[in-house]
Amino acid sequence: MAAIKRYFRSPAAVAGLILLAIVIAMAISASFLYPRDPLALAGRPLLWPLANPRFPLGTDNSGRDIAAQIFYGARISLLIGGVATAIAILIGILVGAVAGFYGGWIDNVLMRITEAFQTLPNFLLLLVLVAVFGSTLTTVTIAVGVVSWPAPARLTRAEFLSLRNREFVQAGRILGMRDLQLIFSEILPNALPPVIVYASVVMAVAILLESALAFLHLSDPNVASWGNLIGLGRDVLRVQWYVSAIPGIAILITVLAVSLVGQGLNDALNPRLKRR
Amino acid sequence: MSGTAAILSIEGLSVRLPAGADRSHALKDVSLSVAADEILCIVGESGSGKSMLANAIMRLLPNEVTIDGGRMIFEASDLGAASEAEMRKHRGADIAMIFQEPMTALNPLRTIGDQIAEVFSVHTDLSRAEITGRVLALLADVRIPDPNAAAKAYPHELSGGQRQRAVIAMALALDPKLLIADEPTTALDVTTQAQILKLIRELQQRRRTAVLFITHDFGVVAEIADRVVVMQQGRIVEQGPAAEVLDHPQAPYTRQLIAAVPPLDAPPARKLSQDHILTISNVSKTYRTGGFLGRRARVTRAVNDVSLTLPRGATLGIVGESGSGKSTLARCLVRLIDPDQGSIMLLGKDFVTMPRGKLREETRHIQMVFQDPFASLNPRHKAVELVAQGPIIHGTPRARAIAEAKELFALVGLDPSAADRFPHEFSGGQRQRIGLARALALKPAVLVADEPVSALDVSVQAQVLELLADLRARLGLSIVFITHDLRVAAQICDLVAVMKDGVIVEQGLAGETFANPQHPYTRALLASVPGGAFARHHATEPA
Repeated sequence: MAAIKRYFRSPAAVAGLILLAIVIAMAISASFLYPRDPLALAGRPLLWPLANPRFPLGTDNSGRDIAAQIFYGARISLLIGGVATAIAILIGILVGAVAGFYGGWIDNVLMRITEAFQTLPNFLLLLVLVAVFGSTLTTVTIAVGVVSWPAPARLTRAEFLSLRNREFVQAGRILGMRDLQLIFSEILPNALPPVIVYASVVMAVAILLESALAFLHLSDPNVASWGNLIGLGRDVLRVQWYVSAIPGIAILITVLAVSLVGQGLNDALNPRLKRR
Repeated sequence: MSGTAAILSIEGLSVRLPAGADRSHALKDVSLSVAADEILCIVGESGSGKSMLANAIMRLLPNEVTIDGGRMIFEASDLGAASEAEMRKHRGADIAMIFQEPMTALNPLRTIGDQIAEVFSVHTDLSRAEITGRVLALLADVRIPDPNAAAKAYPHELSGGQRQRAVIAMALALDPKLLIADEPTTALDVTTQAQILKLIRELQQRRRTAVLFITHDFGVVAEIADRVVVMQQGRIVEQGPAAEVLDHPQAPYTRQLIAAVPPLDAPPARKLSQDHILTISNVSKTYRTGGFLGRRARVTRAVNDVSLTLPRGATLGIVGESGSGKSTLARCLVRLIDPDQGSIMLLGKDFVTMPRGKLREETRHIQMVFQDPFASLNPRHKAVELVAQGPIIHGTPRARAIAEAKELFALVGLDPSAADRFPHEFSGGQRQRIGLARALALKPAVLVADEPVSALDVSVQAQVLELLADLRARLGLSIVFITHDLRVAAQICDLVAVMKDGVIVEQGLAGETFANPQHPYTRALLASVPGGAFARHHATEPA
């Protein structure tokens, strides 16, 4: 396919894909490399990296292996990033498609709701949701998804607005298509590329949101996540800064990888825009 | 040609396209000259390189496109070798250009007067008052009614024709020696086109400016050209004085192009059925805008009390200019737009009052072909799926619908083995055939064709019209044919209705209406057809 070829022509996009592959490999290999519970006590607390060959990245303030937590944390970050993004994009596409396709008062109502969500600071809303529904992994993931849908919704709506009066949609209507078929089989495939590209932004933000929650000790404490580790390191930040810095770098690399892939996708799907 | 010296002479110009384009050179070995005091028409179909030539002269080529041979001598200097700074001095002052779409050539946020004044303030040291005087004189020169008001107007407040006049005024501001006009009338209505052509001719004679006029329309050539250059695939196939090229074309390609121009005379009338398949009575559609917080509401009667009948097997042409309501009427017929009142009786059922659910079933009896061959096909579906879609929706099993779609491909003159390709792999004419096959797949009683050939090159246009006539004869189709082009209407329609401002001003048999128009507007339309005399007399020659 031409789009795939174009993707691999960009070094930044390929680098992003490699980084992402590394993070995914870490997530997959976690249970082979570290069969023990990553949250179990492993050795002396606050060992510096490379001080003990058993703990290449050192241990945290409770004596747990940081390397193991980084590997298992990749799972959590990818899980939250992936599922929350799927939720956000799904809600966004549904709301945006219906609003853009029908227009009129339906559009008005849906867009006012979307704006209400958008004007509230994301993180504040997330805090409220977590405070109300508790901070298990499931609720955190859903909550991150639920606060991230307005932007994809607006994007989908804009695409639908420009596509809904195209002649091929009118042709479908004259052939006797129902609205659902017009929305999902005629318009949506044409509206999707920018939304898919935007999904990478949503994913990066979702990973950051979870880490921010964990930093405030508000994420699920029973899983090994990068955010939890940063939150833990907060107490010893001035001396044993590596406890926070190592998971911080992991987050940085993952978010960078996701956005490079997103940018690469964008250039591959819209080749004309790039040349200008 | 008046024998004056050439102001621009191009010798062996070649322009290279980037790798991966459909040919290596946009222009290959092009030699021509424009004399001061003449209008040279460059005519060719899309992809012939005619616009590329204009851009090459202005040195406004896209980044990867390069001049790789030849010279362009303008007043003893070679434009091909000129530096960017030298070119900036030539552009606007010595060589000016006007484009097809006047709206995009103007800045929507500034007034017309302001934009013309800018030309003077950039290139001259005139005082403010002098500039204002010059601007008004120019606007008067291009015959804009009320130059004072026009100078204060924003582009969207003027009509298309007035905008093009403003653009011409801007181009002529510095008395250029050469004016390049790239399809300047293509986006305009015929009556406006006729006025703009007259204006360009008049200005050219008064100011003695050389004009390089690019067009695809031989009618326009007949109207305006002193000399003609015919281009095909980046090469010049023929050039000479206008009368000679039009009346005695030498190159086979030129002959083919001229033969494809639809003549204005209608072919002999066919016998029409007494049985009316479609009856439109008193249909109206009114749009209301504004009327909020003291702003005055604007009421547009897009379709106003229109009544028409279509005999079985006949073709009814609805002709009119943009804004006449002809497209709104077409969309009312297929209920893409709900009419406010009136009735549309098809096969004994009234389409206007039909509820949505019932309409989805009945719509198979009346299908539509659209204008834009690129926008009317969903780029994400294969051609065969597009054609089979309709029957599948109406209950035909998928396998059978696909098989029938392939048969339709052959019927509309496409290779059935190309059925699995995506729309972007077809040319404009082929796409229009796919659109036609899609409409025919439901075996409709009536076909509504909304400007089906307007976006096509004239040779392709002739082929598609031929196909329509052939299908009409074979399948007994009844067609409502919407067009702005009277020449096309004359070719295919049995009956015509002329629309203006939402009202049918005249209707009747095509031959009679064109030969003996009753309404002044119809007469004005006929008189505006570019190269009217040419269109009539070339029709009498054997094709």
